[in-house]
Amino acid sequence: MKLTGAQILWECLVREGVTDIFGYPGGAILPAYDAMLDYPIRHVLVRHEQGATHMADGYARASGGVGVAIATSGPGATNMVTGIATAMMDSSPIVCITGQVGSRLIGSDAFQETDITGITLPVTKHNYLVTRADDVAKAVREAFAIAKSGRPGPVLIDITKDAQQSSCEFDWDSAAPSVPGWRSAPDTPDTSLAHAAAILNAAERPVILAGHGVMISGAMDELRALAERAQIPVAMTLLGIGCMPASHQLNIGMMGMHGEAWVNHAIQEADLLIAAGMRFDDRVTGNLKTYAPHAKKIHIEIDPSEINKNVAVDAALVGDLRAVLKRLLPLIAEGNREQWNAHITNLKGDSAVRDIQSLPDDGHLYAAHVINDLWRATRSTETIVVTDVGQHQMWEAQYYHHEAPRSLITSGGLGTMGFAVPAAIGAKRARPDAEVWAIVGDGGFQMTMCELATAVQEGIAVKVGIINNGYLGMVRQWQEFFYERRYAATPLSGPDFVKLAEAFGIRGIGVTKRGEVNPAVEEARNHAGPVVVDFRVEQEDTVYPMVPAGADLHAMIRRPNPIVETGADV
Amino acid sequence: MKMHIFTVYVEDLPGVLNRVASLFRRRNFNIISLAVGHSETPGVSRMTIVIQTDDGGAQRIAAHLYKLINVLRVEDITERPAVVRDLALIKVSADREQRPPLMQLAEVFGARVVDVSPQSIVIEMAGSEAKIDGLLEVLRPYGVLEMVRTGRVAMSRGVGTGSPAAGQGPTAAIPDTETGVSYSV
Repeated sequence: MKLTGAQILWECLVREGVTDIFGYPGGAILPAYDAMLDYPIRHVLVRHEQGATHMADGYARASGGVGVAIATSGPGATNMVTGIATAMMDSSPIVCITGQVGSRLIGSDAFQETDITGITLPVTKHNYLVTRADDVAKAVREAFAIAKSGRPGPVLIDITKDAQQSSCEFDWDSAAPSVPGWRSAPDTPDTSLAHAAAILNAAERPVILAGHGVMISGAMDELRALAERAQIPVAMTLLGIGCMPASHQLNIGMMGMHGEAWVNHAIQEADLLIAAGMRFDDRVTGNLKTYAPHAKKIHIEIDPSEINKNVAVDAALVGDLRAVLKRLLPLIAEGNREQWNAHITNLKGDSAVRDIQSLPDDGHLYAAHVINDLWRATRSTETIVVTDVGQHQMWEAQYYHHEAPRSLITSGGLGTMGFAVPAAIGAKRARPDAEVWAIVGDGGFQMTMCELATAVQEGIAVKVGIINNGYLGMVRQWQEFFYERRYAATPLSGPDFVKLAEAFGIRGIGVTKRGEVNPAVEEARNHAGPVVVDFRVEQEDTVYPMVPAGADLHAMIRRPNPIVETGADV
Repeated sequence: MKMHIFTVYVEDLPGVLNRVASLFRRRNFNIISLAVGHSETPGVSRMTIVIQTDDGGAQRIAAHLYKLINVLRVEDITERPAVVRDLALIKVSADREQRPPLMQLAEVFGARVVDVSPQSIVIEMAGSEAKIDGLLEVLRPYGVLEMVRTGRVAMSRGVGTGSPAAGQGPTAAIPDTETGVSYSV
């Protein structure tokens, strides 16, 4: 069957199971767009190509499949870079397709030419420059195989205009991925498993550190089985949230810079850390020299380059987490570890009193209250919360109690502001039956708010909750703690977001008091289309606890105890 | 921290050298030398890369190299018996009187004079890096006009593993059991 390169592209995408694609047309990708009309593909026209990549990312994280974005050459391609880097850092499988100038023009500084394969080299798992129609099918098939295998990540395919236009014989079978450098992971040796099991069985104060890898590997059941069998408390990384229900007795909460105080103390006191699909990011370890000083470490990780990268480990189980846990489980002795678990409960101490939830209602609207109220309102519905980056992100992680995997989508590794709104649109596209909330600061919202138009045009009913404090809040918090409250460039103005929403043709709701939160959330939920709720919260609120960057994990700045330290009557 | 010598087999495709070199930059490893050329297998290039790092760094960079799709096999031959050679061409200022002592020096070092002109000679030397440095030291007083060195190339002694066949997949390759990192993710 003779097809053009452009037709082969769609033929392959459809066969790879792609139904939705996020993109923006332009000169060098026009042949592909023209051919798209003849294929069963739902295209979402974005307002900026960064949005397309975040949507593909949100789609991938919500569905567990591969998200696809498409753009033209030059600025279209370079606008994708932030979204690609975001997906790389969080191991999210996306395939990005870009048009490129004609193959004979490459290197000539032609109109809208950029070296996008060169630019994206360090932020993709792999990328392709395709200059012949004959190579399109193989590139697409390999790209999908690479994006979703092992530790997933983004792959970019740059296709020259002439490769899209010229024709060749299309043969799906002969384009099967053949990557000479590919080796699948060998089975973890029995001796390594036995060694790890011996360490684990001997541990009195173990903590499991559960990361994004649990979700990617689909190891939720196995992780839970391990925790329950040996009665080991489980701490979550930010991206690990949801891999075990928040209500589970052994789920002790989030670790790290803004983790729960007792979780960080438990890690520091532990005699064993079992790291499962996490990579000891600096945001979860604090000062490496004093990190978990009494603990042996078992690292279960699919990417060998992560072993001993930040933290030296006593046992490395390299491989797919689910497969490793399945083999490890029979070697694990049942335990009760009552003392240790009781001790962790004790570590909570006065945390509940310090919690903002316990503060007296002083008429102010706190972001933590908004998020907790949102959780109460949506907890019995299948809900996905997509957050941006900053204070609201940490409050969401602390006060929205996730029960299901893939119910929190957030930019962890790269910390990309502007992620929430487009990623929420992508997530809603992937799981239309779920209620999707973007929780976003007024800073991040203003970075990609143009995508509200996308939601309207495509009829994608995302609910956007703006945690509006008139500051770049997290940066302001750092200035408060570490720069003598010199608020350089953090006070932030913005439009009237309610009117803005209405200008987009979206229902806009303003909230200034605690009592208005629930009615606003209900109204947003009952409205069929997209909604923007502008929560005008306390301006100079602070995320507690906080481990200053590079400080010891146990050296947290805590929210003052209202009884002891302020004498307030609770 | 010590010198680590890697032999890296890669697919002979456009851009692969860039991917490898870029990886070292991205991961903050400084390349001391990198030599690349054909291997005995068509379609497979062989690189010799020398970096300064500790053992942990060497293991991690090998693991990172394996993550590159076009990398076929990585061997850290630092601790293995190996032949390691550097090739240097050194142009030295030399008139008629200086020529004979220079030619004597070259002979002592096992180097060869490969070009003679009225004002200069070119000495070619293949050998260990230290030996070439030694030759260079004694040539300097005569006036070294130009020098080019290939950087180290290396090969393990005895029956080696050879390069994995191009296009046949790495199944024939011997997994690097020491590091346990012999696969892609």
